[in-house]
Amino acid sequence: MSSAASKRRVTIAVARKDLTIEWNSRILVNQVAPFAAIVMVLFAFALDNDGILQRVAPGLVWLATLFSMLVVIQRSFTVESADGALDALRVAGIDMGAIFAGKAIALMVQLFVLELLLVATAVVLYGVEMTLAGFCEAIVTLLVATVGLGSVGTLYGGLAAGARGRETLLPLLLLPVVAPVLIGATRATEAAFGSGGTTVSEGWPWIGLLLVFAVLFCAVGTVAFGPLVDE
Amino acid sequence: MAGQSGTGTSATRRLGIVVILMLGVLALCGLWFSAEDVVQGSTVRIMYIHVPSIWTAYIAFAMTAVCSGVYLSAKNRSLAWDRVAGASGEIGVLFVAVSLVTGSMWGRLTWGTYWVWDARLTSTAFLFITYIGYLAVRQLGGTHRQRARRSSVLALLAILEIPLVHFSVSLWRSLHQEASVANPNAKVELDGLMLFSLFLGLIAFTLLFVWLLLHRQRAMMLEDAFSDRGLDVAITARRNEAGA
Repeated sequence: MSSAASKRRVTIAVARKDLTIEWNSRILVNQVAPFAAIVMVLFAFALDNDGILQRVAPGLVWLATLFSMLVVIQRSFTVESADGALDALRVAGIDMGAIFAGKAIALMVQLFVLELLLVATAVVLYGVEMTLAGFCEAIVTLLVATVGLGSVGTLYGGLAAGARGRETLLPLLLLPVVAPVLIGATRATEAAFGSGGTTVSEGWPWIGLLLVFAVLFCAVGTVAFGPLVDE
Repeated sequence: MAGQSGTGTSATRRLGIVVILMLGVLALCGLWFSAEDVVQGSTVRIMYIHVPSIWTAYIAFAMTAVCSGVYLSAKNRSLAWDRVAGASGEIGVLFVAVSLVTGSMWGRLTWGTYWVWDARLTSTAFLFITYIGYLAVRQLGGTHRQRARRSSVLALLAILEIPLVHFSVSLWRSLHQEASVANPNAKVELDGLMLFSLFLGLIAFTLLFVWLLLHRQRAMMLEDAFSDRGLDVAITARRNEAGA
């Protein structure tokens, strides 16, 4: 099980397994998405002013994404550690990098769906208006940021999995690491939304930052995931 | 370890005495002999603790990273490297906390506010939180080997993460909002005694770090040995029960 083809097979199998579990349990749709939506509504209560909401909408979208992501990651690894599934895979001699890639891809798919819902919520609830160019930029931002979040989330989720007190440990480990994504994605989304008089072209350098983050943590995650969750 | 009752040796005791003496001289120089700053007045005295603390914290985190790297790359995977890394991380967190507290006290007096969203301050806060996370991971339980491997990888990830956070925070500050506070580093001129106090502080704190590190890693070694022995004792007891 070491050739590139078998790694690809493992990656696809793990990703498909995670997505199938998600599809059958509908946790994302029934629990996480409503949670994210209520966070957006609560932000509106806290910042009771239309002008402010429109201006800070991008930041709120990404904050809600990060909070929801914590729930999704916990879920993704509860599935593994509950029956010792991860140990079983490891004992079977399956490449950990491939497992990382599979789980990260499944997480990215779920996050992307969630982010689309959150952007739609922002458009409806916060009165955000987008041009076509802004819309394209928003989609690119979502994609690139999701790759970064998915890889780093899987990496630290794996570390916290199976440990006692992991519910509290994951946010402590993960949130400082994803700060660059929050900064980059928020600025890029501001440009896409045109919040605070920004233009679409101002967003692309931030997408560059997101891209660096995504590439870095995809590479590092593949190498570091094995040692982190080992034993 | 056999026969050793504490974590000290004659060398650490001598080092400890030197550190105490140096800190005493530093306190005298910093609080008494050195002059007030022309602009900042007496608040400049905070610098004699603030700068050495963050300096020591950087040394400590660098030490954590190096020892973690050595642990992972060395053939025999000696747990001593892991213990030094962990002890160093703990001391680093302590000194970052000291520098954040002294820094915000100074900020309150000089800038009129405890905190500004300056790139350096924000990154330092992230540094603090990141290593608190590192220490939390060390407490996760499992075998010593598990702890060592997990925390070493995490320490190396932190080295990757910190420049990225610093870079993005600086980018955030530079493009998003002008720094609202006058640059405190502009044209600072230190007279002889001030400079002496500052360097004395750096040396004293570095030695203090070494002293703390020696003791802490020995204490960790004893803790590890204690838990290993506890396990051995329990296994022997069960064996005896089964045999009886």
